Parts: sequence; structure tokens; C-alpha cells
Amino acid sequence: MLIFATTILLTVVAMIFMMVWNSMPTIKQFGIGFLFGRDWQPASDIYGALPFIYGTIVSSLIALIIAVPLSLGIAIFLVEQAPKKVATPIAFLVELLAAIPSVVYGLWGIFVLAPFIRNYLGVFLQDYFGWLPLFQGRLTGIGMLTGGMIMALMVTPIITAVVRDVLEVVPTQQREAALALGATKWETTKIVLGNAASGIAGAVVLGLGRALGETMAVTMVIGNSPQISASLFEPAYTIASVLAANFAEATDSLYLSALIEMGLVLFLVTFVVNGFAKLLVARVAKGTGTAKVT
Amino acid sequence: MRTFAKIFLATILTLNLILGLACSGDPIGGGDGTTDSSGNISLQGAGASFPKPIYEKWVNEYQKINPKIRIDYQSKGSGGGQKDIIAEIVNFGASDDPMKDEDMEKAKGEILHIPTVLGAVVMTYNLEGVDKPLNLTPEVIAAIYLGDIKKWNDPKIAADNGDVKLPDAEILPIYRNDSSGTTAVFTDYLAKTVPAFKEKIGASKQPNWVKGVGAGAPRNDGVMGQVKQTPNTIGYVEIAFAKANKLPTALIKNKAGNFVDATIDNVSAAAAGSIKDMPEDMRVKITNAEGDNTYPISSYTYILVYKQQKDAVKGKALVDFLWWAVHDGSQYAKALHYAPLPKEVVEKVEAKIYSITADGKPLREKAKAAGE
Repeated sequence: MLIFATTILLTVVAMIFMMVWNSMPTIKQFGIGFLFGRDWQPASDIYGALPFIYGTIVSSLIALIIAVPLSLGIAIFLVEQAPKKVATPIAFLVELLAAIPSVVYGLWGIFVLAPFIRNYLGVFLQDYFGWLPLFQGRLTGIGMLTGGMIMALMVTPIITAVVRDVLEVVPTQQREAALALGATKWETTKIVLGNAASGIAGAVVLGLGRALGETMAVTMVIGNSPQISASLFEPAYTIASVLAANFAEATDSLYLSALIEMGLVLFLVTFVVNGFAKLLVARVAKGTGTAKVT
Repeated sequence: MRTFAKIFLATILTLNLILGLACSGDPIGGGDGTTDSSGNISLQGAGASFPKPIYEKWVNEYQKINPKIRIDYQSKGSGGGQKDIIAEIVNFGASDDPMKDEDMEKAKGEILHIPTVLGAVVMTYNLEGVDKPLNLTPEVIAAIYLGDIKKWNDPKIAADNGDVKLPDAEILPIYRNDSSGTTAVFTDYLAKTVPAFKEKIGASKQPNWVKGVGAGAPRNDGVMGQVKQTPNTIGYVEIAFAKANKLPTALIKNKAGNFVDATIDNVSAAAAGSIKDMPEDMRVKITNAEGDNTYPISSYTYILVYKQQKDAVKGKALVDFLWWAVHDGSQYAKALHYAPLPKEVVEKVEAKIYSITADGKPLREKAKAAGE
């Protein structure tokens, strides 16, 4: 079995090595400034990754802010409350959502979500929360918010499915014990959630991973403009999108190197975010003092 | 488990071997693989998405006449076409944007530019309640992309559109976020006509768009989709995409001062108006050409081939296909909204095709061609 484990390890090492090696030209030329540069101008050979890092992280955050409560709600309903007759078809539908190709989500984003944000949600947000810089500026339906919302929809089934499995393995005795002690249904659910905390955190990390790397659907609605704007209605750009759109055609060696370094940056962002999430999981697990479920 | 591991190892090694063999073989020059057991010849091409519809039609029609020849055209963009022909991983590349000198030098042999058809880049937009085609000047288009004109009812737009009622809405210009021959043609035109555009954005396959002005979309169909679905947008696409989606196209003010539509005749006029500027190697940009009816955002699209073909059999097949494409193939152009090459250019292309050789011998003899 060792051979399997080493294969994975070697692949990761080889990937990092190849990416570092091939991005040497930009690493040499821009150094650490590559990460903080705000300009991305291939025509003038100026490369800065900051707008892309910003776009990737913020759109993923929007996705999680929407998807996590939604997924938790669905999973709790399915496991703790719904009768089996209702739970099975709903669980099936949620899992079906995970199987839809991302380009279909993208099309749905252009045809349905973007007009919805432009005509209703955006107008509502501007009317009531327009004083926040987040919701100022022109409202086109193409931008960071649309990208984040599409991602939310895509990660919801993943988080839901994992959380559901996690809740299901919490021993029934715990629920029975809580109920026997006179806890209400909601109090019982809270105890179950506490026991499943580390598993739930793991589900969120998994969803985050999917959001960070999502390409096609986001490209179709986020506007692909390398800028950092306070407004969520303005176009943004993600690392995965810029790679997908330009990798095939990058002829110039410095440009190619910059794109590969972007891949490296995405790798690092995922690594850091995952590490951070793992730490969080460990702390939460320690706090509740329960066995790990996943 | 041990046997399992052995099988796994064996599979990996076999795959390695196969891949290694596949990669080490020279796809163009290697004598093996030219023809398979049934005598079929296969040609690989890749590049511009702009001429994809006509190339697919040609490949289809040509295979009906020559069932032994298989041609695959992969539409991956002009930059990709140039990259692939330099790397010799295709038999022909395709590009709307003529190759730059420094890229030509990267290639191991002399690359010929063979123009095949002419196309137009059109301005398309999504404006509710506007039925008549808009009149646009290059100055107005440039100002929109520079962010100087922000609203549709700006007096500068209204000035050329007397009776059209323009909405009081913000303009969202859409551009390509990938490296694109269509962008090269579009920006070349604006850089030629508007100094401010040349200075701030410049002419390139992927120029420095002004931050905070527009939104990017991948490929012609991406721009098309964005314009079609988002009110108050404007974008530039290859004409066939706008026609297929029944989107409006603007009339553009040409060098002679007339507002013209991108009809096939008007695009042909751009070629006619620029023949005197055509250099020996045929690398030419024909935006903003002379002529009363000339559509100004027009362009040749090229097939890129090596002058010295390494494989005589494939070279001959390629040369015959090119010859057929610019002669018999031209009849299919108009239905797909491309303009066929003018007669003078076809003559120049013939000379180029005669100059293609393998092992020092021309692949198409003049006398023989005349007899056909």
C-alpha cells in the first residue's frame, strides 16, 4: 500500500517543483511584488496577482456565507426532522445538483441569476443597503456577487451531502439520552451538532476547496476584469478563470511564466486556507471534546 | 496486495512507454504515421476561431471529393495557432493577426502566410427600443472603451443618430479576456483612427483594457452571450456570430466619411482598397482602408504553413487542399458571411502555393496545375 501513498506525495512534490521551475522568469523579475501587484497588463509584460487573489477569496467567501447556513439547514432537516418519505427524495435531489456540469450552472447564471440580481436582488440591496460601499455603483448583473452566488449554489450540495453523512453517524443513543433528560427537539439537535462539529467543519473545507478552484461557471458571470473594487456589483476575476482563458494562447514566455505562477498562487491560497480551516477544526473538536467523525 | 501493486506498476510503465513513444515521434517530419494501412492521409490544423465555420465547411466538402484525406481543424485562437505551427505540432496553423517578425524568427523554417478569406468584426449591442442600426464613429467606440462616454444618451453618440431615442443608461462595454485575433483587428482599427486609444489601450491580441470600464468574456461566443443577455452592453464579435444570433450590428464611419454596414461587398472593398499596400509576404492589416463603401473593421485570415515541407506526401495533400480552398472553396464563403479573396490576391496566393517545396522539389507544378 505504501506505493499508493508515495505516488500521491510524489505527484504533489512534482507539481510544485514543475510550477516553481516554470515560473522562475516571473519570480526573478517581480519577486514577492507579484503577489501585491495590482496591474495585469500582458501587452506591457506587467503582471500583478492581487486582483485575482482578491477575486478568488472574496467570491469564495460569498459562496460560503450563503452556502453554509443553507446546507446546515437542509442537512439538519433531512436527518433530524423530516420523515423518511420526504427525506429520501429531497436528499436525492440535492445530490443530483452536485452532478450538474459547471457549464450548465454558468448558463443558468447568465440567463436567470444575472437578470434576477440586476432587476430584483440588486435593486433591493441598493434601496436598503445602498449606504454600504459593497452595494454601490452600476448594476449590470455581471460581477462578484453573481459569481459568488453561482458558486454558493454549486457547493451547497457538496456541503449538504457531507454534513448529512456526519449527522447520521452521531449515535442515536446521544439523541435518546438528551431526550430522556428532558431536552427539547431543538436542544437535542444542538447537542448532535456539537458532537458533529469537526465533521461539519470538514464539510465546509471541502466546499471551500471546490469554490476556490471553480472555473467555468464563474467565468461566465463574474465579468473577468482584473480590478479591486469595493462594490460587489462590479466585475472581478478569479485565478482559475484567468488560467482557463489564457493558458492555451500564451505565446510569450514571460506571460506563460506569469500564468504558471498564478497556478502556484492558487495552490498556495488553497493550501493556506485549508491549513487555516484544519486548525479551526482542531480547535473546535478540542472545545467540544468529541471523537472525530470524518 | 502484492500482485495488485505489480499490476499497478506494470500499467504505469506501459503507459509511460506508450506516451514516451507518442511524444518522441515527430508528428510532421517522421516518415512513419504519414499514411495508415488504408492509405489515408491525415492533416492537423489549429488556430483562429474567426474562420472556424468556413474551415469546417471546407474540410467537409473537401473530404467528399478526396475521401482519403482527413483534416482536423482545432479552433483554439490565433495565438494558439501561431504557437502550434512554431512548435511544429500541426501541419498548418491559422491566425487572423499576421505573425510578428520576432515570432517568425522562433520557427525552425520559413513560414508562409496564405490568406484564405476576408471577414469583418462588427459592433453589436443590446439596446431596448432601438430598431434602426446605430451609426458609430471610431471616436465614439474608442471613447466608450476608454470610459470617456459613460451613458447611451451621451450627446456624442446622439450626434450621429438623429432620430434614434437613446436610453439614459450606463454603457457596459464587453471585451475578450483571452488572446484573440478578433481583438487584434478591433484594436488595430481604433489605434489607427484614435490617438488616445493607441496611447492608453493600444493594438494587440490582448491589450491593456482600462480598469473599471468594461467586463471581459472568453471567445466570440462568450462576448456574444454577454451582450445578448445583458441590457445596455456593447461588444465586438466576428460577423457570423452576430448574424447567427440575430443581434443588431452598427454602421461604422469609414475613412471616406460614410456610415457603412459589414456586407460582403463592403468587406471585399476593403481588400480592393488595400491591394496596393500588400507586401510580398502578404502580411497586411486592412483596417480603415480607402474607398467610399469600404467597411473599416475588415481583416484577412491566414493559414500558416512551412515553405519547406518535411513530408512530401502530407505536404502535397496540404498544398492541394490550399489550392482547392482559395479556388473552388471560395463559393462557400458568402453563405457564411465571409468575403472571398479578390482576383489579384488569389494570383498572389497561387504564387505562394507554387513556392512550397519538399526535399527541394515544388509540390505543385505550374504546368500541371494549368492543365487541371
